[in-house]
Amino acid sequence: MDDFIIAGKCYKSRLLVGTGKYKDFSETRAAIEASGSEIITVAIRRTNIGQNPDEPNLLDVLPPSKFTLLPNTAGCYTAEEAIRTLRLARELLDGHSLVKLEVLGDSKTLFPNIVETIKAAQTLVKENFQVMVYTSDDPIVAKQLEEVGCVAIMPLASLIGSGMGILNPWNLQIMIDRATVPVLVDAGVGTASDAAIAMELGCDGVLMNTAIAAAKDPIMMASAMRKAVEAGREAYLAGRMEKKFYSASPSSPIDGISPLSSHK
Amino acid sequence: MIQLIINGEPQQFESSLNLQQLLENMGLQNKRIAIEHNGEIIPRSRFSDYIVTEGDRLEIVVAVGGG
Repeated sequence: MDDFIIAGKCYKSRLLVGTGKYKDFSETRAAIEASGSEIITVAIRRTNIGQNPDEPNLLDVLPPSKFTLLPNTAGCYTAEEAIRTLRLARELLDGHSLVKLEVLGDSKTLFPNIVETIKAAQTLVKENFQVMVYTSDDPIVAKQLEEVGCVAIMPLASLIGSGMGILNPWNLQIMIDRATVPVLVDAGVGTASDAAIAMELGCDGVLMNTAIAAAKDPIMMASAMRKAVEAGREAYLAGRMEKKFYSASPSSPIDGISPLSSHK
Repeated sequence: MIQLIINGEPQQFESSLNLQQLLENMGLQNKRIAIEHNGEIIPRSRFSDYIVTEGDRLEIVVAVGGG
């Protein structure tokens, strides 16, 4: 059995998805169903004062009884903001402690601020949060976050929302080799092959939002991502053949070749 | 009249009230929300004993779509 365990809980799907940027809640729900994801991220925002009180709520569409909700700190630029946001999230979600920490450093590129991220992680771990942490693809930072007590390390493959794919597979490889907690690619996946490559490298999972939500057909892309993550995982477990510049070993037998074929 | 700062915006209310009454006043009762009162998170179970007064700062949050 190929268990995917986060903070002691076993999941079937290694694809984690965000719930942002969809046309409406029904598209969000359909895409999430098609993705097969069990862990889904949500953001915490100020309620609109004076909004229609009958307006549907995301948690009605994606009930915490059916999904593992992963509240994030998207849009936070300091440790303090991120900590406040997640304390509110824990209250909102009835004591739920699994969270996604991300502290940004630059509103233009959305690069993470590592110093603030580590600071926030230290406090959150002390407060018994189970922290899945978004970070750069620096293996030393990943190790430090693990030492702080984060339950999963989630490096970017490329910048949030860029769809640029996996820009530094070698760093990811080092992080995977060195980590003793799950490593998930979070951010940068653009299409199914990117997700498959992440999984073939040995990532434990992939988290994405824009790659699905910004596809022309988000529901079909969600299904493609589900297959890509599964395929990549199986390929990783199967163990790929060795790469050779060329091979003197054809797939078909050499013996019994028809005399019509006279190449030597 | 008292003034509260709710999600950064000044709002007027008739008199001091508890958080449960405030939510009813705003049509937010029975909604999935969380409240921070002057920087402190107030558990839902304590909404009806928590009195808000002039100048208090409240943050009322919900879960929304995000990645």
